[in-house]
Formats: sequence, structure tokens, C-alpha cells
Amino acid sequence: MQRRDFLTALSALTLYGLAPRAGAAAGANYRNLLILIELKGGNDGLNTLIPYADPRYAQLRPRIAIPRDQVIQLSEQAGLHPALTPLMPLWQAGRLAWVQGVGYPRPNLSHFRSIEIWDTASASDETLDSGWLARLFRQSPPPAGFAADGVAVGSNELGPFAGGGARTVTLADTEQFRRQSRLAGHETATAPNAALAHILKVERDIRQAAGGLGAGVQFASAFPQTPFGNAVRAAAHVAASPAGVAAIKLSLGSFDTHVNQPAQHARLLGELAGGVAALSAALKERGLWERSLILSYAEFGRRPAENGSNGTDHGTASVHLAAGGRVRGGLYGRAPDLAQLEGGNLPYGVDFRSLYATAIQRHWGLDPAGVLSGRFAPLDFV
Amino acid sequence: MRTLLWLVVCFPVLAFAGMGEDEARHLLLRTGWAATPQQVAVYAQLSRAQAVDRVLDGTHGEAATPLPADLQVFTPPPRRRGELSEAERKAFQREQIQLGLEMRSWWFAEMLATDSPLTEKMTLFWHNHFVSSQQKVRFPKLLVDQNRLLRQQALGNFGTLLHAIARDPAMVLYLDSAQNRRAAPNENFARELMELFTLGEGQYGERDVKEAARAFTGWSIDRQTGAFRFYRFLHDGGDKTVLGRTGAFDGDDVLGILLAQPATAEFLTRKLWREFVSPDPDPAEVARIAAVLRQSHYAIRPWLRALLLSPAFWTPAHRGVLVKSPVEFLLGLIETLDVAGVDPRVLALASRQLGQDLFAPPNVKGWPGGDAWISSTTLLARRQMVERLFRANEAGSYAAMQPPTGAAGRDARLAQRLARGMDGFSVDAGVLDGLGRDEASARTRFASLTLAVPPAGDLAARDRRGFLQALAQDAAFQLK
Repeated sequence: MQRRDFLTALSALTLYGLAPRAGAAAGANYRNLLILIELKGGNDGLNTLIPYADPRYAQLRPRIAIPRDQVIQLSEQAGLHPALTPLMPLWQAGRLAWVQGVGYPRPNLSHFRSIEIWDTASASDETLDSGWLARLFRQSPPPAGFAADGVAVGSNELGPFAGGGARTVTLADTEQFRRQSRLAGHETATAPNAALAHILKVERDIRQAAGGLGAGVQFASAFPQTPFGNAVRAAAHVAASPAGVAAIKLSLGSFDTHVNQPAQHARLLGELAGGVAALSAALKERGLWERSLILSYAEFGRRPAENGSNGTDHGTASVHLAAGGRVRGGLYGRAPDLAQLEGGNLPYGVDFRSLYATAIQRHWGLDPAGVLSGRFAPLDFV
Repeated sequence: MRTLLWLVVCFPVLAFAGMGEDEARHLLLRTGWAATPQQVAVYAQLSRAQAVDRVLDGTHGEAATPLPADLQVFTPPPRRRGELSEAERKAFQREQIQLGLEMRSWWFAEMLATDSPLTEKMTLFWHNHFVSSQQKVRFPKLLVDQNRLLRQQALGNFGTLLHAIARDPAMVLYLDSAQNRRAAPNENFARELMELFTLGEGQYGERDVKEAARAFTGWSIDRQTGAFRFYRFLHDGGDKTVLGRTGAFDGDDVLGILLAQPATAEFLTRKLWREFVSPDPDPAEVARIAAVLRQSHYAIRPWLRALLLSPAFWTPAHRGVLVKSPVEFLLGLIETLDVAGVDPRVLALASRQLGQDLFAPPNVKGWPGGDAWISSTTLLARRQMVERLFRANEAGSYAAMQPPTGAAGRDARLAQRLARGMDGFSVDAGVLDGLGRDEASARTRFASLTLAVPPAGDLAARDRRGFLQALAQDAAFQLK
């Protein structure tokens, strides 16, 4: 091997995480589990947590506003879409928080760019090449014995786990994954290029995860008979793995409701609520609920005014949910002020990186400074 | 002259001053489905330019596989989808699934049969550029029509293609142009047109999107025939300002403005580079090759030729740096192992399981491709498919051995269907015949002729089928 090739290979190795793993982070509490739910396509926050008392709400949405008498009232101003009824027991138990007005300065309205901003926790005009959790796991590695740092369930997209060498796997079903994992190779070759290095890393992560994911956990709780319900079931199995994982990512979509929004949005919110309720039941069953934090996220919300197609176009700030045994329920953030729109969109009140800071600092006991560029105050829902 | 003749006689290799086997393999893996020993032998004799021209000369604008009759008719829905009865809705869904499978099988049949894989690769490239999906466009006939357009212009002219796509009925439905009216503009098409089809992100402002959307108002389809139709009374004839130019523009004017921007050719060239050369486009070379596209008024063939003849395409450092897409993996598997009895329907299902469901990219940005093709899910699925292929003819086929899992019911049924479908496939172990004086050297030679980089694992196996299975399951086989 020529010296230059050797150096290239060496740098590829370092880049792709073959470099020796630093010891597990001191002080980190990765036994606390983070479960992210991506609402793909951009969820309509105003029809999720509804400012029903504001007359401007119905004025902006003559066709798609949720009628006041159908709103599940949470406060004098805000209430839930009726499809979210399955979440009410969590709300009543004080274990469900809604964070309003989540966004970022100079919002980007492209799906792809904006989800990249959320996944990498970058500023609007900054491009980062690794996910925020990948950076956290590099800086403060979860214990070496964990089955994985992150598991993406039901999707091939690693999102916040991507880049940076985090140990990650994607799977749709834990049993199927364990059966198939024998097909992961045991190559010892050094990779001549990044693509091969990537494949070899995927194989290592499979071997690690297959060894750590427990077999044959049975849940008494039921899961919805939908693709998202299947993903929730798989997530529950991953969460119950004896070796442990730090974070799980689920996704649900498409929330990109440009046309004929009402029926599609109601179905999706129903799937979300049913899924979160089932997940919380399963986590309680395994004694994991007290250590879990479920957070939703999406690239953006939708425009307050409905469009001409019985739907909504890309917007900016939106509402997100946090649920779990360590969550202090309630309404957080900045309630939407429909009288103060900027270019027809809602200004943000909570930077999305404050949600991440809450998970990093309050849930895992780590310092977010090296992961998030800039200081973002954690919120009090944990 | 006499000296030259002497040189040729003394050094016979000079008489065949072709590019050699390594470069032949590289070109075949990038522009075709696979590098087979036979093809490598032919191309190794040619110069780079001869070889590239031979591949380009083989391209054509029409599929040879006849289109099933029921994909040629447009059936307008009896009523709006929301008003269908439960029975009508279910019947509609069944028809979507059945026609959808037919449509995908038809394309795979064409990819299997074609004498020009590059034609299909470029058609697929444009499918992934001008995305439309059956998830939203529930008229398979319109998707097939779009596919015909993409193939017609696959190596034709990008400007022609762009103007045709803007009025392509599947695209009109996919990006909501049909909802774009003077009184209530819908920005979906205008935004993706700038972000994904021409300029690329960061080359335009929100105002440009809004103004361009107005120029496309009234571009819709006839609900009875499914044909493009311009509704003048829905069109906004007022002045628009797009990228600094102002006028009473219509959609074609806006397309002209976008094609006049140098950013468009550069954006397209970076994408073509990532498809054929490497994950990291070289800015200076991109500028040079983009200029070829502009100078030829967006003719695609000279542009692709310039890329394929660029030094970056040929540098050994770029061999095997790209991950095969599921389509490339499957067709590559079939061609490399000379698999017989292939049912294109099975390929359609297999490709979907590997993350590339044709006619249904995940979103308007298309499949991300590159390293993203390989996740733990898809890598294991690729391996399992190879395993099934080799177990296909064994007693007690794989289908019988794998109980479906209850949890992911749909996936399990798909997997079972796949396993049964592959029972008819058979590998030809004769692909190694005549490659070496003994079995060991034939195996070594076969690996070096077909794989983009040396195998990552140990290919040692007792029998030849075991060797071929290990080769197709090796990490190196995933690369091109």
C-alpha cells in the first residue's frame, strides 16, 4: 500500500468511527431513555393544540378550523384536536407537556433544508454534517455495553443519529432483525474508501445490536394495528432490551397537508395519540416509564391561514409534545399570537435547540454546550 | 511507419492499446448493470473515448417491452375520493396495487431486456430528479406516460424535458399545480422547481417562489381525459418579478428564466457527478462540465460524454466509491451470475424491500442515494436475497423455512411472496468456466473482473456456488 493511500484509509477510519472509542461519559445518565417521534412533512400546530378562544383562528381557517365544540379544552385559550383524545389520561396524570411556538430565527420553508437544520441542530444559515445526537454521543459516549447508541425504528433515515460515528441501527421488527443479523459479515479488511467504510461500520453496528437486543419480550399491552403501531411495538421491544440503548427514533407521516387536510390530519393525529398511549403503557409495564422522555419534532409548522385547497402550506413555528414519567405536564413556550404574524407566519418563541438542551441537560445530566453552538436554556418540563 | 510496425510486432500489447481491464470494468459498472468477463474483454480493447461513445451510441428513446393494455387507458374516478363508498374505495385500492405492480414489473422487464442499461439508468436518474409518486398520483397510466417522457429525453435535451415536465399530468397532480389558481396560488410546484429541478437551494428568495407560482396558475389537467389543460380563467396574467426580471410571465417564461441562470447547469452537473463519478464533486470540473451543458443548449448527451471522459471519472481513486442502488444491485446480481428464470414482478417487490420502490420515491427530493442506500435493514435484506437466490432450487425452499412474523404483517407477507417468487430463479455456476487454468485461479480472476474493489471478506468456499454466494454477499459487491 502506498503511503498516501494508507493515510487516506487511516483518515477514512477515523472519520467513520473505527478510531478507538473513548470511555463512557462520566456523570451521564444514559439509563434514561429518549424517544423521538418525527412528524414528517411538517405538522399543523394550530390544529393540534388549538387557540380556540381566539376569533382570528376561525377567521384564518374558514374551512379547516376545528369547531370549538369539538376541541378538548386544556385551558381557557388552548385545547386539543379531538383525535388526540387517547393522550388525555397522560395529560390528566400530569405527564404530558405541550411546548408552543417552537422554531428558529430566519426559518427555512424547504422540507429538506429545514429538517436538516433540526436534525443537525444548526443555525438557519449554517450547514453541519452530523446529527445533534451523533455529536453528543461522540462527545459523551453511552456505555460500551449498550446494544446501540441510537435505533431508528421503521425508517431507513438516521436523522439526528447520522454522521459522527454513533453506533446506530435501523430496524422494523426486533425478532426479524435478530434472525437476519447472522448475515452480517465479519470482514476485517481496512476500507479503501468511505463507501466501503460505511458498509463495514453498518455491519459492526448490527453485530453489536444483535448481541444486546433481548429476545422474546412479551407485552400485555396492545399496540395499534397500523404501520405506526408496528413501529411503536418495535420501539417498545428495543426499549426493553437488557443491554440498553440511549435513544430511539420513530417517524410518522406525511403531515404535508397541502390539500384536503382535515381527514388526513385527523387520521395522523389519531395514530400519533394511539401510538404514544400504547408506548407509555408498554414502558410502564416494563418499569421504564419513569426513565423515559418522549419528544416530538418536525421541520416546521404550517401557515396560520388555510390555502385555497382545503389545506395549509409550509409555515414556521409549531407545537411539540413531551411525555414521560419525568415530565412535568402543562403548557410551555409562547402561545400563538394570531394578531402578530410575520409575513403570514407565526414568529417563534422557543428555539428548538432548547428542547434538545432540555433532553441533554435535564434528562441525561450532560452539558449541551459542545453539541449545540450557542447557549440554549433548557425548559422546565423535565 | 516502419518503426511503428516494428513496435506492434515486438510489443503486441501496443496493437491493442485499449484501456485495459480495470478501466473497462469501471466503465461497465458505472454505465451498465454489471461487469461480466465477456464484456470486460470487449471493452478492454477500446480506448476510453471509443468505449464511452459505444455506450452512448447504444442509447435510445423508447422502451422495447410492450406496455400492458390496462396501463394505456385513463379511467377517471367516478366521484371524488372522499365520496366513494367503502366497497368502491377498496376496489380502487386493489386496482392501484395490481396496476402498480404491473407498472413496476414492466419497467423491470425493460431493464432486464434492454441492450442499453445506460438508457434505463438515465431514465431512473430523471425519475429521481423529476419525482412523481403513485402515493399521490393514483393514475398509473399517467406515471407510465411520464416514464415514457423521461426515457425519450433521457439523453435528449434538459430544456425540452423541463418544459414538458411542467405540463406533465403526473407532475401537475404530484406537486399540486392542479390546485394552483389565480385566486389562491399554490406554491408547491414553483418551490420545488427552483429548489430541486433547476437552481438548487439558496439561489432564489421566497418572493421568487411566490411570483413564479402565479405564472403557473391555470396549468392543470382535464379530469375526464387526464390530459394537460390550460384554464385561462384561472391564470394570473399580471406582472411578476422573478430573479430580477419583470413581465406578464407565464410558466414557460419562468422556465426560460431558470434555464438562463448559470446555477441551473452547475446544480445539475453536481447531481450527475454524484451519480457517475464520486460523492464529492470537484468545483472546477463541475464548472467546466456545466459550461458544456450550457453551450450545447442543454443537450444531455455531450454533457454526459464530457463527464465520462473527465479525468476524475477515470482516476483509480474513484473506483468503487459509489454504492449501488437497489435497482443496480438486483440487475447486477442477475447479470453477474447469469441468473435465469427471472420474474420481473419479483424484482419489483425486491427493490421495494431494499428501499427503492420505483414510481414511489419517498418524497419530492427523491431517494437520497449514496451511503444512505445501506442501513442495517437494507444491508441485511440484500444479503438475505442473495441467500434465497442460492437456496432457490434446494429441496425445502427458503419460503417454507421462514415463518412470517406476526408483528410486521405486511412486510412478512412481502418477504414470503419474494421468497416464493425467487424459487424459479437459477444461478449459472458456469460463469467461471474458462477463466483460469484451475478452479482457484478462475475464482480469483472472476472476482477481479466483476468487483469494483477487492473483496472485503473471505470468499473461500468448498464449492463454486458457495464462492459465488460469498462474492454477491460481500461488501465489495455493493459498490460500483
